[in-house]
Amino acid sequence: MFNYRESVAWADVPLMSMNDLRSAVVERCRKGWRMLAFFGVPASDGVETVCVLADASARLLDAMRAKPGREYPSLTPQCPQAHLFERELFELWGVKPQGHPWLKPVRFRPPAQGPRSSRPGPAQADYYRVDGAEVHEVAVGPVHAGVIEPGHFRFQCYGENVMHLEIQLGFQHRDVERLILDAPATRALPLVENIAGDTAIGHATAYCTVLERLAGIRITDRAHILRRLALELERLANHTRDLGAIGGDTGFLPTSAWNGRITGDFLNLTAELCGSRFGRNLLCPGGVKWDVDAALSQALVKRLRAAFRDARGSVDVMLETSSVLARLTGTGKVAFEDARSLGLVGMAARSCGVSMDARMDWPLCDLDNGSLHKRMRTTGDVLARTLLRSDELNDSAASAENDLLQLGFSSGEEPCRVAMPASMPPDRLAVAQVEGWRGEICHVGITGNNGQWLAYKVVDPSFHNWSGLAMALRNEQISDFPLCNKSFNLSYCGHDL
Amino acid sequence: MNLWRYLAEFALALVLAPLSLGIVNRVKAKFSGRHGKPLLQLYYDIAKLLRKGEVVGKGTTWVFSAGPAIAMTSAVVALSLLPLGGVASPFAFQGDFILCAYLLGMGRFATILAALDTGSPFEGMGASREALFGALAEPVLFLALLALITTAESLGVEKELSLSTLFNGFSPQAWLSGRPELIMLIFVMGVLLLVENCRIPVDDPNTHLELTMIHEVMVLDHSGPNLAFVLYGSAVKLWLFASLLTGLVIPVMPVWAHTLCSLLGMFLAACAVGVIESVMARLRMHVVPALVGLAGSVAAFVLILTLVR
Repeated sequence: MFNYRESVAWADVPLMSMNDLRSAVVERCRKGWRMLAFFGVPASDGVETVCVLADASARLLDAMRAKPGREYPSLTPQCPQAHLFERELFELWGVKPQGHPWLKPVRFRPPAQGPRSSRPGPAQADYYRVDGAEVHEVAVGPVHAGVIEPGHFRFQCYGENVMHLEIQLGFQHRDVERLILDAPATRALPLVENIAGDTAIGHATAYCTVLERLAGIRITDRAHILRRLALELERLANHTRDLGAIGGDTGFLPTSAWNGRITGDFLNLTAELCGSRFGRNLLCPGGVKWDVDAALSQALVKRLRAAFRDARGSVDVMLETSSVLARLTGTGKVAFEDARSLGLVGMAARSCGVSMDARMDWPLCDLDNGSLHKRMRTTGDVLARTLLRSDELNDSAASAENDLLQLGFSSGEEPCRVAMPASMPPDRLAVAQVEGWRGEICHVGITGNNGQWLAYKVVDPSFHNWSGLAMALRNEQISDFPLCNKSFNLSYCGHDL
Repeated sequence: MNLWRYLAEFALALVLAPLSLGIVNRVKAKFSGRHGKPLLQLYYDIAKLLRKGEVVGKGTTWVFSAGPAIAMTSAVVALSLLPLGGVASPFAFQGDFILCAYLLGMGRFATILAALDTGSPFEGMGASREALFGALAEPVLFLALLALITTAESLGVEKELSLSTLFNGFSPQAWLSGRPELIMLIFVMGVLLLVENCRIPVDDPNTHLELTMIHEVMVLDHSGPNLAFVLYGSAVKLWLFASLLTGLVIPVMPVWAHTLCSLLGMFLAACAVGVIESVMARLRMHVVPALVGLAGSVAAFVLILTLVR
C-alpha cells in the first residue's frame, strides 16, 4: 500500500500468483476498495497483469501483479467492475479470463499485421439477443443522425420497452496508449490532450501529475491554482453545453439555444488563458505554461461573472418549467447497487448516491477546496444528473472566480512552473486521479529500467460509465434513449483510446 | 357565384398553407433568441425538392412511392369539404365529416404502409406510434362532432348537418343560445391539432433523434418530389385543423370580414402552436395517451351537458 501522491518502486509491487491476486482483489472490493486499473505489462516471459486498487476512506492505493499465463479464472463474477478490464486484457494480450460472462473484444483492434479486413468490425460481432416472436431488435449507429462520434447500439425491445441494450464501441480506436509510449517527450502532451477532445485539460492534468509524482517533484501552489481554474472552466463549459443539450432533447428550445452561445463564452475564457478554447498547450509537466497577471485576472473575472449569470438564468428557466421536470423525473434510473458494483465514476455515480469526487477524495494539492463541494443526488435518474450539473455550475463558477482573484492579487510572487528532471527515474509506478468534468480520470505510468515507459494506462471515466448507460435503459422506453444518453454524455474516443 | 367564391377561398388556403409553418418556426426562433429561417422557407424547400431527383431504396415497392401522393391528396380533398372563409363548401352533404375524418385516416394509412414498406426498424416504430395515437385521436374527434350535432338538433337547425353548417359560425351562435359548454370544444380541437400534426408536446418536429420521432421518422426515406408532397401535405393538414378551430370561434359575418377574421385566426393559431412549442417540453411517450384521454373526457363532458338539458 502506498500514499497516492508518491510513486512506488516496481520491485516493491508484490508479484503473486493469479489466484492470490484474484482473492486479494475480491476481498478488497468487498471492503469498499475500487479497481482503478487492471491491465497487462510486457514482461520478459510474456505478460504480467497489474491491478491498481484505491481506498478513498484512507486515501491509500495498492498495486499488485501476477503472471496470468494463457488463462485464469475470471474476476468479473465476483467483482463486476473488472468486466471491461478483463475483456481488454483478453483482446490485447490474448489472456483468457475463464468464466467471464460476456467475453468479446472491447475495441475490435485491427490486427497489427495483415489486412485490416481479416477481423470483423465492431458492428459485425455477436450480440446478446432476446428471442421471441414479439421481440424486435433495433440497431442504431455507428453512423448517427447528428454530428457525433460513431458507436453502435443494439436494443432488444418488447414494443416500446427496452429489455436489453448492448453498446459496442471501438470505431475511434487510435491506440493512444502505444503512441504515448513511443512518442518523444514533446509530442506526448498533445497526444494526451486528444484522448478525449472535450477533456483536454483533465487528461493533461492527469498526465503531468503522473510525471511529477514519478520524478518526485512538487509544483508551486500557483500552478495548482491555475490548473484548478482550467479544470473548473472546462467543467463550466461542458456542463452548460450538456444542460442545453438536455433541454434540446426534451424539446425545450430556449435553453438549448441560449446555452449553445454561453458555452462559447466559457470556452473563450480558456482561450484567453492559453490561446486554445479547449485548453490545449496550457499545462506542462512541472506546472503551467501561461500565467495570469492582474489585468487579465480582472478582465476574466468580469467576463466569467457575465457568462455565469447568463448560464444560471438560462438553466433556471428550464428547471422551473414543470413539463421539463416531468420529462426528466424518473427517466433512466440507475440503482445505487449497480453504480457501485459496475464501478461508475464521477457525475454518473454521484447522481446515484455514490460518494466519490476525486477533487475531495484525492486532492492534487494541500490547498483548501474553497467553494467546491461534493454534490450528490440519490435518485439516479436523468433529473438527478441534470440537477447535479446545475449545482456544480454554481460551485465551479465561484471557485473559478476566487482562483482568478487570487491569481490577480498574488501576481508575480511565485513562478507557475518548475524545472523537470531530464529523465524519469527507472522502475517506478505512479498513479494520478483527476476529477475531469465527466468524472475521475485515472492514469497509471510505469517506467522500465532505462527510464523509458514500460507501460502507460489511461482510464477515461467513459470507460466505466458506458455500462451505466446500458443499465439506465433497462425496462425504459426506447424513445427515452437519446435523453438518457445526453444525460450521461460520454466520450466515444475516451473509451476507444 | 358561390362555387367561384369557394374556389377562390380554397386556392387561398392551398397557397397560404406552407406559410403557417413558417410562422410557427419564426415564433419559436424569437422565443429562443434566434432570428430564425425565412418565413417562406417551406416554399423554397418545396420548390427545390420538386426539381430534384429521387432516391428509392432497393427493398421498397410502389407502396412506398405512392404513400406521399395519397397522403397529400387526401389532405387536400379533406380540406375541400371544409367551409373556408365563411363560404360553405359546394361539396358539402349530410354527414360529410365522416368522409373528412376517414380521408385523413386514409392519408395516415398510406403513410404508415409506405413506412412499413421500407423495412427499417425506425420507421416501423414510428408507424406503430402513429397508428396508436391516430386510433386514440379518432374517437375524440367524433365525440366533439357528436356534441356539435346534438346541440344543432336540439336547437332545431333546419339545414343538413355537415362540416359547412357546424363549423361556419354555428358554435358562437350556440354559445349565445344558452349552450356555452361548446366553448370547451376549442380545447378539444386544439389538442387534436397538436396530436394530428405531430407538434410538441406530442412529437418534436425539430428533433434529429430517430428513436424519439413519430411522424418524422416515417418519412425519413422519402426524397425529392415525394418529400415535397410530404411537406406540403403536412402543411395542408395543419391548415385543415386550424380551420376547424377557427370555424368554432368565428361568428356569422359578411364573407370579406369572415375571410379576414379566419386569416387572422390562422395566424393566431400558428402563433399559439409556436408559443406552446417554446414554453413546454415534450411529454414522455407513454403520457401522450393521457393527454388525448383528457381531451376525450372534456369532449364527453360537453356531450353529456348537451344531452341532459
